[in-house]
Amino acid sequence: MISATQAPGVVELERPAEDEEERHDRPWIVVVWNDPINLMSYVTLVFQKLFGYSLAKATELMLQVHQEGKAVVSSGTREKAEHDVARLHAHGLWATLRQD
Amino acid sequence: MNEPPAPIERTEAGDFLVRLGRDERELLRRLAAELEELLAAEPEDPSLRRLRPRAYEDDEVEREFHSLMGAELESGRLENLRWLAETVGRDRLDSEGLDRWLAALNDLRLVLGTRLDVAEDQFADGFDPSAPNAYELAVYALLTWLQEAAVEAASTALQDQRDLGPDDDGGER
Repeated sequence: MISATQAPGVVELERPAEDEEERHDRPWIVVVWNDPINLMSYVTLVFQKLFGYSLAKATELMLQVHQEGKAVVSSGTREKAEHDVARLHAHGLWATLRQD
Repeated sequence: MNEPPAPIERTEAGDFLVRLGRDERELLRRLAAELEELLAAEPEDPSLRRLRPRAYEDDEVEREFHSLMGAELESGRLENLRWLAETVGRDRLDSEGLDRWLAALNDLRLVLGTRLDVAEDQFADGFDPSAPNAYELAVYALLTWLQEAAVEAASTALQDQRDLGPDDDGGER
């Protein structure tokens, strides 16, 4: 399901090697995708608990997921992004990560 | 029309009151046990796919991520389901106990909802008791009602905790 919503990753393979250095500096972003089962109130609660966001910020992100189909909820090093994705998965949310 | 009292409610003492009948508790216990059994017996069952969403688009990186994180996620999930089954008879939960109920209830909704292929506005047109899957839909609706109450109670507790001052979990980690 996730593969259908993003552009194919072929571009990455054709990238010249000298871009590697620059790519290491770009942050990894965590994206949460809309799904028909998780309750809006539950998603808002999870964003507050996992990331310490205010109710207003968490609600804004939840609405973005709900209305636009996805939202970036956190970013940082790859390790941090993987940790965040794992915690979101543990709470039943559909989250992916990629380099910005 | 009088709303029935919420099935889960925050108390003034700061813990959570569970207001459920014996049949509802027995149903929850059974559902948790059934999901635990399904996870062990048919781990590739398509109805479980929402419990384990992909983290990466790339297959190889996804496999690496899964080999690092998969076991921990799975054992946490089983612990929460067992916790729900063991504590389903309780009238009071502390906040950690409620969090584990929330996780288990959500997993049950994810699996049942996937199986039923529910829509976001599933009950917008009301509930049709003559539908062939009416029983499962009713169970899904019950889980949703419970989850809504549990989220409401946990959210109230979180806002109160934040209002009390600096002893919250701060900004983004």
